[in-house]
Amino acid sequence: MTYRAEVFVTLKPVVNDPAGLTIKGGLHSLGFDSVTDVRAGKYLVVTLEADDESQARARVEEMTRQLLANAVIEDSRIELASPSPLAGSQIPSPSGGGQGGGLRA
Amino acid sequence: MNTGIVVFPGTWSDRDCDHAVNEVLGQPARYLDHREERLDDLDLVILPGGFSYGDYLRCGAIARFAPVMEAVTDFANRGGLVLGICNGFQILQEARLLPGALLRNASCEFRCEWVNLRVEQSESAFTLDCRPGQVLRIPISHGEGNFFADTETLQAIERNGQVVFRYCATDGRVTPESNPNGSLGNIAGIANARGNVVGMMPHPERACEDLLGGSDGLAVFRSAIHALARVAV
Repeated sequence: MTYRAEVFVTLKPVVNDPAGLTIKGGLHSLGFDSVTDVRAGKYLVVTLEADDESQARARVEEMTRQLLANAVIEDSRIELASPSPLAGSQIPSPSGGGQGGGLRA
Repeated sequence: MNTGIVVFPGTWSDRDCDHAVNEVLGQPARYLDHREERLDDLDLVILPGGFSYGDYLRCGAIARFAPVMEAVTDFANRGGLVLGICNGFQILQEARLLPGALLRNASCEFRCEWVNLRVEQSESAFTLDCRPGQVLRIPISHGEGNFFADTETLQAIERNGQVVFRYCATDGRVTPESNPNGSLGNIAGIANARGNVVGMMPHPERACEDLLGGSDGLAVFRSAIHALARVAV
């Protein structure tokens, strides 16, 4: 079955995040004075084939451990979506469809 | 000193390293393709600077799994000399051959400038020709050179004498103003416990001729020659 895993990778709380601080400064200069902290991270969507949910999760956890996150500086969180008939069809149409490569209807 | 210079897709300082080793120092050097798996003929492996695999995901994260890296890891574990410069340093950390990680510069700016480095450890394979406290003038060129390690790891690195270089002022004082990227402890380069693997953010290969503005970087490569001679004796 096709599974879709969302992997959120963020810097550990003890790690300084210059990008987050810069974004916070930008928000302050726009007048969003209520912002007290911004942390920047990465969002990855992994589509994979697996027999069941536990196998899919185990595989994505292993991918995250080996490559997607660096445990020296990063934390990660995985959210696994249930198998969906749409999961395999989210491919940009070859023609571009006049809408800048939108999803297939 | 038979030198191998690893070339990944996106490596950009390979020719500068070849020029320094081969043309300036007269030592044989060859390029090592990222798919190569044999390094038996080599005494020194250099992982040069650049943007291997576009720096995608994290600097060095993809390069670390290139076939050549398994051979480099074996080579390092056998005591072979390995020097990672800039992106090469990042790759060595991703490969866990060196501790810590390199974060985005605290300024969020790409810094390309000459810096002063204080030699903290003159027993590593790449600083044998230096004396402790000596100041080298070598350029940096990076956006992600902000050395980080957790407190425990940092203390261990310091205690074991694995800090090789620190950013400093011209007189050797280690000051916040002389830190170009926010590195913990002004750390610019470290060694593994054995001293045969060194990673550094500054580019010694770009400081090997007076014509280029300085030749302090030669000490790094000459040290490797002497480290090999020492082993041979």
